Amino acid sequence: MRVIKPTGTPLTFTFDGVQYRGVEGDTLASALLANGVKLVGRSFKYHRPRGIVTAGSEEPNALVTIGTGPSQEPNVRATTVQLFNGLEARSQNAWPSLKRDAMAVNDLAAPFLSAGFYYKTFMWPKAFWEKLYEPIIRRAAGLGALSGEANSDTYEKAFAHCDVLVIGAGPAGLMAALTAGRAGADVIVADEDAVMGGRLLAETFDVDGQAGADWAADAVAELAAMPNVRLMPRTTVTGAYDQGTFGALEEVSRHVPRSDAPRECFWRITAKRSILCAGALERPIAFPNNDRPGIMMASAVRAYLNRWGVAPGKAVTIFANNDDAHRTAVDLMDAGVKVAGVIDSRADVAALGDYPLYTSGAVIGTKGRHALDSITITHAGGTRELRTDCLAMSGGWNPTVHLTCHMNGRPQWDDAIQSFVPVEGAIPGMVVAGAANGQMSTAACLQSGAQAACAVATELGLSPVADVPSAEDDPYRIEPLWQVDGKGRKWIDFQNDVHVKDIKLSAQENFRSVEHMKRYTTQGMATDQGKSSNVVALAVLADATGRGIPETGTTTFRPPYVPVSIAAMGAGSQGHGFAPKRLTTSHHASVARGAPMIEAGLWYRPSYFPHPGEATWLESCNREVGYVRNAVGVCDVSTLGKIDIQGPDAAAFLDFVYCNTFSTLKENRVRYGLMLREDGHVMDDGTTARLGADHYVMTTTTAAAGQVMTHLDWVSQALRPDLDVRFASVTEQWAQFAVAGPQARELLNSVLDDAVDGDAWPFMSCGPVSIGGVKGRLFRISFSGEHAYELAVPSRYGASLFRLLTAQAEALGGGAYGMEALNVLRIEKGFITHAEIHGRVTAFDIGFDRMVSQKKDCVGNAASRRPGLLEAERPQLVGLKAVDPKDKITAGAHLFVEGADPVSANDQGYVSSVCWSPTLGSHIGLGFVADGPNRMGEHIVAVDHVRGVRTLVEVCHPVQFDPEGERTRG
Amino acid sequence: MRLPCPICGERDRREFYYQGDAVALDRPARDAGGAAWDDYLHNRDNPAGETRDLWHHAAGCGAWIVVTRDTVTHAVSGAKLVGAKR
Repeated sequence: MRVIKPTGTPLTFTFDGVQYRGVEGDTLASALLANGVKLVGRSFKYHRPRGIVTAGSEEPNALVTIGTGPSQEPNVRATTVQLFNGLEARSQNAWPSLKRDAMAVNDLAAPFLSAGFYYKTFMWPKAFWEKLYEPIIRRAAGLGALSGEANSDTYEKAFAHCDVLVIGAGPAGLMAALTAGRAGADVIVADEDAVMGGRLLAETFDVDGQAGADWAADAVAELAAMPNVRLMPRTTVTGAYDQGTFGALEEVSRHVPRSDAPRECFWRITAKRSILCAGALERPIAFPNNDRPGIMMASAVRAYLNRWGVAPGKAVTIFANNDDAHRTAVDLMDAGVKVAGVIDSRADVAALGDYPLYTSGAVIGTKGRHALDSITITHAGGTRELRTDCLAMSGGWNPTVHLTCHMNGRPQWDDAIQSFVPVEGAIPGMVVAGAANGQMSTAACLQSGAQAACAVATELGLSPVADVPSAEDDPYRIEPLWQVDGKGRKWIDFQNDVHVKDIKLSAQENFRSVEHMKRYTTQGMATDQGKSSNVVALAVLADATGRGIPETGTTTFRPPYVPVSIAAMGAGSQGHGFAPKRLTTSHHASVARGAPMIEAGLWYRPSYFPHPGEATWLESCNREVGYVRNAVGVCDVSTLGKIDIQGPDAAAFLDFVYCNTFSTLKENRVRYGLMLREDGHVMDDGTTARLGADHYVMTTTTAAAGQVMTHLDWVSQALRPDLDVRFASVTEQWAQFAVAGPQARELLNSVLDDAVDGDAWPFMSCGPVSIGGVKGRLFRISFSGEHAYELAVPSRYGASLFRLLTAQAEALGGGAYGMEALNVLRIEKGFITHAEIHGRVTAFDIGFDRMVSQKKDCVGNAASRRPGLLEAERPQLVGLKAVDPKDKITAGAHLFVEGADPVSANDQGYVSSVCWSPTLGSHIGLGFVADGPNRMGEHIVAVDHVRGVRTLVEVCHPVQFDPEGERTRG
Repeated sequence: MRLPCPICGERDRREFYYQGDAVALDRPARDAGGAAWDDYLHNRDNPAGETRDLWHHAAGCGAWIVVTRDTVTHAVSGAKLVGAKR
C-alpha cells in the first residue's frame, strides 16, 4: 500500500489480466506491492506460493512474463521492470491460476522430491528418461515459456572506449565518477538501475547535509554536464574480460510501451581502468517456512518505503542479526507504518525507538496460505506468536564481488563483516570501492570511491582532487546467523527450492565440495545465480561438513552477472547478418532468368537456367551441357579468387607457394598451379597468368580464396620476407565469364574490338583485349575440356557484358550455363574441385606427384615426401563409370571389392563426385581407390549405407571424355 | 581480449585470426629430415605460462604478428611483426 503520496504520472498496467494503477518511476514490483499484490509466482519445483523478496536484479521469486506474441519475454524480474502505461505482465509456472495451482500437489510429495531425487528415482527403464520422465519433469518444474514465434524485436550491439569505467552509481560510484570526471578523465558510468544513486535512493541517510537521494541527483546532474563523462543508466556490466574489456547489457527501449529503438543493446566497453562500485546484496536467514509471500529482505522493505512510498505490509515484523533491523523499524515508524516487533538474534542490543524488541530472538515458524499471517518467535523471554503481514529479514550483506572473480579470482573471507570480499588485483586495472569492497557506511563508501578514483586518475597522468562530503559513518555490527532450527523447511535458494536439509543431504551423500553440492542440489542456478542465497548455502555446507566457511570456499562466479538474452548477444548476426550475401554482377540477370541461386561460401551462383517445358533441373542441366559440348556456353566465374601479384620477386614467390614452377612461365601465358600446405597435403589449385615480367594474376577456387590470401600473407611476411613482392585481392574488381564450346571463338570475335585467332591465342595464352572500348583481359583456359576462354572486365561492366555474351551465345545455339552443368562438364573431364582436394589428399593421391618440382623448395615440398604419403595402397584419384549406365552412383558411397562384406575393414576407397553425363550417356563419377591407377577396368561395388544404394562401377581413367584433349586445343 | 598490433595499435581480438605457436616461424631446411619436420609441423608444447603465438590481423592491416602472452594470467606482454628480427 502507498503510504507516501506519489508525485509521478499515474499509469495503468495488468497482472494476470487484472488492471492496476501505478505511477511513473515504479517498477512492476513496487506497483504490485502498492496494490497489495503479494502472491506473484509459484516456485520452480514445489509450486509453493511466492512473493517479491528483493527490490533489485538479485530477485529470486518475482519472475514474470511480459508482453505477448513474438515479443513475449519470460523470466523477467518484476523488480527490474520499469512500469509503463499498458504493460502486460503474467505470472509463471502456475495452472490453471496462480491461486489454484494444480501442481501445488508437488509440495505434498516433497518428502519424495528431495535433492537429487531425479537421479535416483528416474533411473530405469533407461529409455523412459528421454521419452517420459524428462518431458513430465520439464512440464512440472519450470519457468516461463517463449512464444515459439520468431522474435520481431530489434537488438543492437555496440562498442565503447574510455579511460575509466565506473561500475555502479551508488555513493561510492558517484563519488568515484565525480572525482575522475572533475580530473578530466574520459569516464563511463554504468548502472543497472534507471535512476542512479544506488542505496542512497533507498535509505534516509544525509550526505553533505542534504537528503542522500538529493545529493545523488545533484551528482548525476554535475556528471551529465561534463563532456568527458558518459552516463549509462539501465546498463548492467555483465562480465570482466581480458585487457580491460567489459560486457554490458543496456535496456534501450524495454521500459517504454512502443519504440523503433532496439529493445536491448549489448556493449563491449574497453577501459584503461575500472572502478567496481557494485555495492552489496542482503542475504536471507534460513528459518522454517521463510518463503511465504510477505517475507522480504529488510533492505527491500526500506527501498519500497523510502524510494517508492510503498509499505509492503500493515504490521511489519523484522528479523535480523545486525543493526539494519533497527534502521528498518525507524524508517517504517517515521512513515507511520506499524512495527509489530523486531526480533534481533543478538543479546546485547537496544531499541532505537518505540517498538517491541525481542533480543536473542529467532523466528521459528510462519503461517499464512497465500500470504504471511503470523510468525512464531523465540526470544530471551520465551516463545510467542506475532500477527504480521510482512516480515523483513536481514542476515547481513554480501559484497557484490562477482566481476572480480571473472578472471579466476577467488574472494576471501572477512570475519568482520561475515562475508567474502574481493582480492586486490583480481582484475588487472580494476580497483574495488564501497560496499563491494566491504566498506559498509555511507562515509566509507564515499571516501573509498574518491580514493579509488584518485588512484586510477593519477596512474593515467591526471591530477585528481578528493573532495569527500560528510555522511553517516555508523559501524556495521553483525553476529553470524545462517539458519534457525525448528519444524519445517528452511529455504535458502528460493528460486531453485533448495532448503537446509537438501544441503545436509548433499554433504551426507559425500557431495561435500561446494561445486558438487551446487550440482547435487541445484543451489545457485538459474536466473539469479544464487546472488542472495549462495553465502548462506556455503555456511550451511560448512556446518554440515565440520569445516569453516573460508575452507569451504565459493563456487565459481562466471559471466554474465545478470541474464543476457541471446538476441542481444547475437544482435546483427541473425539472418543475412549471420552470413552476408556476396552477389556477382550477373546476379540480377540470372535471377530474372529464373535461375535458382545456390550458396558457394558467401557467394550466390546460378544452379541452372530453366527453360519452359523443362520439368526437372536435370533436363536444364543436360541442355546446358549440350551448349558447351556442341555450341557455346557462358558462365559467370567471377567468384573464383583473383590475386594480383607484382614485384621483382613475384616469380620466385610463386615458385615457393606453388609446388610447380612459375618462373619459367612466359609472359602472356597461363599455367595450372597446385598449392600445398606445409604438411604436404593439397591446399588449393587454380591457374595463374603472367601478365608481365613482374606481374601475375593468380586465381583460386571460390571456396579457398580467403584461405589462400591469408596463406600468401603468411609466406610473404614470415617465411620469405627476403622476396620483394606485393599482392592484393582483386576478386571484387574483375567480373569474369567463361565462354566455352566449339563456337567460343566465334562468339568472342562478335564482341571483341579486335578478333582473336588460333595462332595468336593458343591454349593457355592470355593478354589484354578491348570490348567496346573497355579494356579487359582474355585467358584461353578451360574447365570444361572444350575450346574455351575466360573474359574479364572491370566489375562495373560485368552486368552488361553478361547480357551481351548470353545474347550472342543464344544466337549461336548456345546460352548461359549454371553450376550443375559446370560440374558435369568438369567430372566428364576429370577436373578436380574441393570435393576431391578436401584437405586429406596429397599431390600423389590426385596423380600430380610429378608436379611437385624437386628442383626447388616450396611450401609442402619436404613433407610431401614423408613415408606413408607416397604408398600405392593410398586411395588415389580414378574415374568411375556405372557398369549399367542407368545405375545411379552416389557421392559419399564407399568402394568394396565384389563379394566383400561392405564393412570398414574392407574399405577400398570412396566416391567424391557424381553426375549423369549426357555426353557419355552414363552415370559417372570421380573417386579415390587404393592403388587406383593400377586397377583400370576393374569392377568394384559402390555401397552407400546412408541412402541404401549399391552400384556396380568400373574403375577408369579420371578423364572420361576426350582423353587426348583435342577439343581443348583445337 | 585485446592485442597490440605493431602497425594498427591495440585492437579487439575479433579482428585477428589465431594460427598457433610461433614455432611455425622456424621452418627447417628442405633436407632437415623427418624428425625436424615432424617437430615443426606437429609437436607443440602446452605451457602454463608464457607463450609466443601467431595471429593474423585479418580484419585489419593483414600483418602476421607474434604475440607474447601468459596462458595463466592472460596478460599480453608484447607483439611484433613476424618479419622483425627474432
